[in-house]
Amino acid sequence: MSEKYVAAADLVVFVAVLVYVVIIGTKLTRLETALAELVERVRERG
Amino acid sequence: MLPALAVVLFATAISLIFFWVPDDAEDPAQRIFYFHVPIALTAYTCFGWGAWKALRVLWKRDERADVESYVAIHQGTIFGALTLATGSLWAKATWGHWWLWSSRQLTLFLVLFLFYCAYFMLRFSVEPGPRRANLSAVYALFGVVLTPVSFLAIRLAEDFIHPTVFTRDGPQMTASMFTTFCIALAAMLSLFATFYSIELAGKRIDSRIRELRELLS
Repeated sequence: MSEKYVAAADLVVFVAVLVYVVIIGTKLTRLETALAELVERVRERG
Repeated sequence: MLPALAVVLFATAISLIFFWVPDDAEDPAQRIFYFHVPIALTAYTCFGWGAWKALRVLWKRDERADVESYVAIHQGTIFGALTLATGSLWAKATWGHWWLWSSRQLTLFLVLFLFYCAYFMLRFSVEPGPRRANLSAVYALFGVVLTPVSFLAIRLAEDFIHPTVFTRDGPQMTASMFTTFCIALAAMLSLFATFYSIELAGKRIDSRIRELRELLS
C-alpha cells in the first residue's frame, strides 16, 4: 500500500524535473530564433 | 560538469534508497524522507542564496545580483512546491491525511511558500529598473526571516505530529540511512546548482538580445 505513495513521490520529482527541462528547452529555442533574427538584421544593414 | 555530477549523485542516491537502506517497520513510506527532507533543505538554501544576492543589490548596488536573487527565489519556489507535494504524499501514507492544519511545521512552510509566490506578483507589477531591483531585494530579505522560523517550528511545535530526525544528540538514524540522506541532499543541491546556472545563463542571453534589439532599432 505504502509503495504507491513512495512511487508517487518519485514520480512528482521526476515530472517536475522533466517539465523544467522542457520549459528551458522551449526558452532556448526562442532565444535561438531571436538571435538568428538579429544576425539577419545585422547582415541586412551590411 | 554540474549536470554530470547531478546525474551521478541522483543515480547513486536512488540506488541506495531502493537497494541499500533498511525498511522502517513503523513507517513503510519512510523512503519518501530521502526525497522530501533534501528537497525542503534545498528550498531553504535557495531562499537563503536569494536573500544573500538581494543583500548585495542593496549593499553593493550590484545589478547582476538582482537577476541572481530572482532566479534563486524562482528555484526555491519550485523546490518549495515539491516539498509540499512529497510531504503531502508522505502524510497520507503515514498519518492517513493529505494535510493537517494543526501541524505548525506544515502551516508555516505553506506560509513561507505563499510569501515567496507573492514575490513574483510584486516583481512583475513594477517596471524593470533600480526601483524594481530594490523592492524585490527588500522583499527577499524579509522572506529569509521566515526561513529559520519555519525550520525551527518543528522543534517549537506542541503537536509532535511531524517527526524530528535531527536533535541535539545528532541524527536519529543508522549510518546507512544517514549516508543515503547526505548523498540525496548533495544530489538535490547539485540539481539546484545546475538549474540555477542554466536559468541564469538564459536570463543573461535574453537581456543581451534585448539590448542588441534596442541598438539595432
